[in-house]
Parts: sequence; C-alpha cells; structure tokens
Amino acid sequence: MSKIPAELRYSKDHEWVRLEGGRAIVGITDYAQDSLGEIVYVELPSVGDTFEAEEEIANIESVKAASAIYNPLAGTVAAVNEALDGSPELVNQDCYANHLYELTDFETSAFAELLDAPAYQAWLDAQKS
Amino acid sequence: MRCTPVFEEYGTYPGVRMIDFGGWNLPVNFQAGILSEHHAVRTRAGLFDISHMGECMVTGVESEAYLDYLFTNSVAGMVDGQIIYTLMCYPSGTVVDDLIVYRIDSESYWVVMNAANVSKDLAWITKENPWAASGKAIPTIVDFSEYTAQLALQGPLAERIITRLCPEAASLGFFTFLKDARVDGIRCILSRNGYTGEDGFELYCANDQSIHLWKALLAAGEADGLIPCGLGARDTLRLEAKLPLYGHEISETITPLEANLGVFVKLEKPDFCGKAALAKQEEEGVPRTLRGIQMIDNAVPRNGYQVFLGEKEIGYVTSGALSPTLDIFCGYVLLDRSITLKFGDEVEVLIHGKRKRAKIVKTPFYKRTPAKKIT
Repeated sequence: MSKIPAELRYSKDHEWVRLEGGRAIVGITDYAQDSLGEIVYVELPSVGDTFEAEEEIANIESVKAASAIYNPLAGTVAAVNEALDGSPELVNQDCYANHLYELTDFETSAFAELLDAPAYQAWLDAQKS
Repeated sequence: MRCTPVFEEYGTYPGVRMIDFGGWNLPVNFQAGILSEHHAVRTRAGLFDISHMGECMVTGVESEAYLDYLFTNSVAGMVDGQIIYTLMCYPSGTVVDDLIVYRIDSESYWVVMNAANVSKDLAWITKENPWAASGKAIPTIVDFSEYTAQLALQGPLAERIITRLCPEAASLGFFTFLKDARVDGIRCILSRNGYTGEDGFELYCANDQSIHLWKALLAAGEADGLIPCGLGARDTLRLEAKLPLYGHEISETITPLEANLGVFVKLEKPDFCGKAALAKQEEEGVPRTLRGIQMIDNAVPRNGYQVFLGEKEIGYVTSGALSPTLDIFCGYVLLDRSITLKFGDEVEVLIHGKRKRAKIVKTPFYKRTPAKKIT
C-alpha cells in the first residue's frame, strides 16, 4: 500500500503539492518513488524559470532508468531542494519530507483542482486494475 | 509473459520487483535493492536466475569445423572442458549474437545464447548462414532452451559456497567446466565464469531441479551473506567490468572490431563467416571505436544519447549508469574514430536537452584483484 497523506494534493502524474507561506511545495508520491526504485540523481529546474502545468520540469534517475517529472501546477520556480544534489536517496527514504522544488506565481484555483487524497487513491486503484 | 522455472519459488519473495525483459517476466531486484545486490556480489556473493538464456547442443563429426566457421573466436583450438567467449557475425562483419561455447569433446559443444536472440541464432546456425545455405553437411543442433535452467553464483565467496555442495568445483580454473557435476545431488553442467567481473560459477540443470538447486545454494551461502540478485545488479556489474551487452555495445549494426573486441576475432583463421569484411575493416581502418566516459557534470548517460565535441556530433552512448562500486556516473560511447581523443579529454553528452560534460577515461571501470593462490 502506498502512503497518501490526507493533507496533500496530488496530480495524476504522481506528484504531491502543499501550500506553505504563499508557495506551492512539490514532491513525488510514495507510489512514484517506489516505482522508480533506488534514485541516484535528481535534475532540478533552474530557479526563476516558469513552467506550464504538465510540462516536463525535472528528471529523476534511478539505477535503472530516467523518468521525467511533470509540473503539477503552472508557476515560477522559487527554490529547489538542494539537499537532493548530494543525497538523492532522501526521496526514497521519505518522499513527503523531501520535496523537489517550490513554486510561486501559481493560481490558487488551479491548486484547488488537484486531486485530494481519496481521489488520488482512486486514481491509483484505477491504474492497477 | 514467459517465466523461468525458478519464478515459482522467488515470485512471492517480499520486495521482489519484476520487469518485462523481452517477453520474459524477470526480477530486476529482490528485497535488498540493486545497489545492495551489486555490493553483495563485489564483496561477498550473489545468486542470479538467468534461465531465460538460451542453450543448444551441437553434435556430430562436422561440429568443430562448422562452429569454427560460424564463430569469430577459435573453436578449433579448444580442449575438452574449456569455455570460450565468441562473437557470431554476418558476412557483413556485424554481430548476430555473442555466445559462450563449451567444448565437451571435439564432436559435442554446448552453446549459450542471449534470450532475445534465441530464435534468430537458431535460424542462423541451422539454415541461414552461407555454409548451411550452400547445402554442405552440418552437425546436429538441438535446442535445449525450453528445458534448461541456468543459475549464476557470483562473487569472491562463490568458491567457498559452491564447494560445500560440490567439492570438485574447487578444481575448476577460470573458463573451464565440469560436464556432469553433482551439486547437492543435482546433475549440472558447472562452469567457472560469469557476467559480473567477479569470480563465480554458472550452473545448468533440468527445469524441474532448478528450485531445489536455487534453495540449496542460498542455504549454503546464507552464513556468508549470499543473497538473491536481479537483472538490475547484473547490468551495473557487467558495465563496470566492461562486459558487452548485445543490442548496446554490439549489434547487427556494430562490428566486434568497432566494439574493441578484436581479441575474440581470430583473423588468422583460414576462414570464418564475416572474415572478409572484418579483415577489410581492419586494413582500411575501423570507422568507430568504443571508449569509456566518466561524467564531470552530474547526470546519467543512457543508451542512445548523442555525444558532441564542440559543435560536432561524434557518436552516442551505448550503456551508462551510476557505478555503485566507484560512485561515479560512467558509461561507454561509440565514437567516430577519425577524431583522436586522449584520456582526460572532454566531450559533451546531450542529456534531457542539456549538454553535460564528460571525460574520456580508461576502462574497465572495475577490475577485481585476483585472489592469491597459496601454493
């Protein structure tokens, strides 16, 4: 069973988002990190760059494969989690405590349209069946 | 999807992660994970189920001459109980497959093929190659792939573990085999070789005995830290040790000379399939060369990524990974040989739309220190 914290919002591409201090904090879900396997490198976006929703924004390299990360929410990158540069395995250890990047200039209404925890669980169940 | 005969045993192990590998449902890793499994093989021992590999038996008086014609390495020079690695080429000099050949005697050989190439190889060996197509007599070729399981016990403690179940294994030199070994009572072909860059053994047995053998080996090695390992670790291990992977370093569009496997191509043999083309390539200059790279910028070079020197595209990545032993991002690149690059020279790899710096380095990335024999 994947962990899906109730307080977060989710995209169908398996990112989670939470709001904090006017910023949207973005990471990948437990399902995503488990599917990727052991993560060896995270390529993060440049601070100041603007991305559309569902645009490719980052890349996660696991031992076996490279996987694109799709931005769940249109906005501008305000900060990235630099701890992942030297320790990408943090995402495997706790994907909800170790985010990828933070966004500003996003629409609050777009955030509200993201999946809540039960909807994301239903989406996962639908993918598996 | 096809499953190996051992899948029934490990398919329910907690933490096992299965992937579709060319139509085979195979473990990419077990509970330990790829990195831990890799380290286990480098420092202790790991057990792999590689029953997807294909095998055929070649028998008859023409066997030696026929295989010496089909293969680039010297089959005629082999002795009983010896193994060689070889390429099998088309007349164009590009590669049908790479194979392991076991000489049982001058009239019987056991030939091991890559899983994805079994049908193609058998068609080539039994009828499509120029010798067979000409109507000349060929030996009897029997496909054993469906009936044969293959396990690989790899790592510095492999000898200690296998001798608990088969004391005779200690007498095996590297690239030799016992045609009729008993391992915990199970009849096997037992050879000393592998695809990891470590000491190790490969075992072939009948499908219905494979679970017994798998469990017996794991039990015999438990105290030494032996763990089951998947294809993920097998790939990073072979990559560090510069062991080629068909479809990557060699293929239907790459010759063995381009892949720097010339040592396995015996151009001095009177004739073999592909000789004329390879001899011509050697004489006129091999167009491409396989080099090793280490990334300067952090990123994983993967198969197919383009390589640049300044604005000029000079080749592509054949394989790449994080090397778990060295903790570097590294790989192999097939480069235009007209450009001379020294060790330490910088090139760039296009990774996710960005140029990432890498340098040309010596290979293999990892070479084991052979155990000192007390004489």
